[in-house]
Amino acid sequence: MSAFEHIPEFGSPVDSGLLRFLTCGSVDDGKSTLIGRLLYDTKAILADTLHAIEKTSLRRGMEAVDLSLLTDGLQAEREQGITIDVAYRYFSTGTRKYIIADAPGHEQYTRNMVTAASTANLAIILIDARKGVLTQTRRHSYLAHLVGIPHLVVAVNKMDLVGYDRTVFERIRGEYLEFARQLGIEDVRFIPLSALNGDMLVDRGDNLGWYDGPTLIDILESAPAAHSESDERFRFPVQYVCRPQKADDPLLHDYRGFMGRVESGEIAVGDEVVVLPSERRSRIKDIQVGGRSLSRAVAEQSVTLLLEDEIDISRGDMIVRGDAKELCPGASAPGTVSTRTALVTRRIDAMLCWLGDSPLDARRKYVIRQTTRDARALLDGIAYRLDINSLQQVPAEGIGMNDIARVAFKLAQPLVVDRYAENRATGAFIVIDESTNNTVGAGMIL
Amino acid sequence: MNAPAPATAPVRPALDHLDWLEAEAIYILREVAGQCSNPALLFSGGKDSIVLLRLAEKAFRPGRFPFPLLHIDTGHNYPEVIDFRDARACELNERLIVRSVESSMARGTVRLNSADESRNKHQSVTLLEAIGEFGFDACIGGARRDEEKARAKERIFSFRDEFGGWDPKNQRPELWDLFNARVHKGENIRAFPISNWTELDVWQYIEREGLALPPIYFAHLRPVVRKGNLLQPVTELTPARDGDNVELMQVRFRTVGDITCTAPVESDADTVHKVIAETATTTISERGATRLDDQASEAAMEQRKKEGYF
Ligand SMILES: Nc1nc2c(ncn2[C@@H]2O[C@H](COP(=O)(O)OP(=O)(O)OP(=O)(O)O)[C@@H](O)[C@H]2O)c(=O)[nH]1
Ligand SMILES: [Mg+2]
Repeated sequence: MSAFEHIPEFGSPVDSGLLRFLTCGSVDDGKSTLIGRLLYDTKAILADTLHAIEKTSLRRGMEAVDLSLLTDGLQAEREQGITIDVAYRYFSTGTRKYIIADAPGHEQYTRNMVTAASTANLAIILIDARKGVLTQTRRHSYLAHLVGIPHLVVAVNKMDLVGYDRTVFERIRGEYLEFARQLGIEDVRFIPLSALNGDMLVDRGDNLGWYDGPTLIDILESAPAAHSESDERFRFPVQYVCRPQKADDPLLHDYRGFMGRVESGEIAVGDEVVVLPSERRSRIKDIQVGGRSLSRAVAEQSVTLLLEDEIDISRGDMIVRGDAKELCPGASAPGTVSTRTALVTRRIDAMLCWLGDSPLDARRKYVIRQTTRDARALLDGIAYRLDINSLQQVPAEGIGMNDIARVAFKLAQPLVVDRYAENRATGAFIVIDESTNNTVGAGMIL
Repeated sequence: MNAPAPATAPVRPALDHLDWLEAEAIYILREVAGQCSNPALLFSGGKDSIVLLRLAEKAFRPGRFPFPLLHIDTGHNYPEVIDFRDARACELNERLIVRSVESSMARGTVRLNSADESRNKHQSVTLLEAIGEFGFDACIGGARRDEEKARAKERIFSFRDEFGGWDPKNQRPELWDLFNARVHKGENIRAFPISNWTELDVWQYIEREGLALPPIYFAHLRPVVRKGNLLQPVTELTPARDGDNVELMQVRFRTVGDITCTAPVESDADTVHKVIAETATTTISERGATRLDDQASEAAMEQRKKEGYF
């Protein structure tokens, strides 16, 4: 990968870390073209890749290079000129590494858009200047908001096709703001652009003189990185228990390491912890990575925790801090007690996106996976289904593909959860259909 | 309780991008270990799988790896790479399983169209046979999404059917970091811990961790023949033909694979540091500069993956 600005010093930390974003919006609004253009203008496309898509564009009878071919990498996508599944692309500006997810616009592939959105920290929602806010624009905006993407950028694209007319931009902006207000979306910015011509992506271009806001790349460069906004409570779901079977090594004889990633907050040697759901207490004896000791661990780090006491812990358990303010044992239903509570529960209320081809079957048991824990689950009621156009809550008997609904599940085993709005890592779950093993639902705990 | 942090220390130090990528990869490796009953890690002696091994050390030491290493050997590998593979496995004291395309040929499950045909794509057959022989329910590989446009579409936990096939139009939704490795018997998961790494990230990590690599990754003199914009190495398997103009050039490999389909690039980068500098400013992609097999058709990789390839 060639660098946009020269990489300051090789191997030196990229100080603004990493930003994950996605492009979404309705069919043909120019999402893939936008990413292609962004990569092109940041010089992240290598000569041979460019040459290959030039050849393909020519063969397909196009006059100019079709930059959407950069992400539409599947045969079926190229044949039809549409995006079917998410493509991931990478570039770096010298200060930041970007992971881009290009989501499909077609309603049929909504589940792939949700896949892309679930890990993003910023969403670029494209709107075709000629068409304005469409149903699919609303659906994707709602989904982006629902999965908790904190920063939305509405890009009014194809401004070249409306003569770069400011009134068109202002009208769409007004329309969108009205919709955003209903949803309670707070952080939303607007930018006019032409992905095809590259206006306002990296260069300002000559056609949008009336717009004095930042370019798209400036918005990306200054967006806060995810970790700076996450929950401060310590959450450590145990992934794997390490018990080296080396009887001859006295140092390892009693070694029991609890492996996992710090999903939020931080922890230091000596801190008091509680293991959930068992509620056993201990203290951190050591924190290691690859056998080497650290004094503390922070959010997003994968580490191994060693405890002072020998207590029974296995995959699926969650280690949290012992402080009263981070834990409130005895509380039983989510959302009913303090907001600073990790909760052990056998019932969850959630917003659910159904992704499966066949509808949710209220008579069947599904598996819910949340953090590193699995529980068998049974639907315990549908509060409502959301009508994406009107944003009205409508009564629903069942839930089919691409539906968004508020539901409750009864669980055979307890889960340790936070509200999704407070913690994306511990408030999210997937629904698995055991007959196919497929992932059929995405849930966010309320 | 430990002492409070000094006032100057940032409350929440950001992980730099390599720290973040490393932590993600460790998390993925542990998910495979936690969810799968019989995984294997594909180790070829190439740079991406060398990085995988370091990540596995960080994930599981002081314990042993909860999986064996598996190499599908085409029989057409550079000896330096095979030596490195064996030495590394030995040094780590981990179990290495080698299965060869040549055995599949002897069994008759791999049939070449011509004797000098590349065996690269036939690895899929041998891999599936190894999966069947050992009953592996997951294989961990070092593929990266920035390598190729079909790879850019693949999930981190990629479901493969009984035939090892990938169905790109119908992939499992993959939400948050809630990876779903459930399979029925005979089916398989391919897990890619360094999906989100670029070639540059890999080299920067190699430098940071001080990882050793087979010598052919660094500039050395080698007889080559120019084939279009690629350099074909002159070896016993790929001898010069009549009329070929053999040149002795200073080259290095950006990727090592089957001798018959991997080309070196002209370079005088003889240290990791110099390779990083070259990688940061190169204008040709890793596969574009080096793969004789992907040039065949626009969808070569997608096709191979549908047939069970990594
Ligand atoms: N005139 C003009 N055309 C554009 C612009 N951006 C994209 N297009 C064209 O719009 C068409 C659709 O572009 P894509 O980038 O494939 O759209 P998409 O949003 O990725 O489509 P899906 O992923 O299938 O939903 C292509 O023909 C593009 O060339 C623009 O700014 N101006
Ligand atoms: Mg697209």
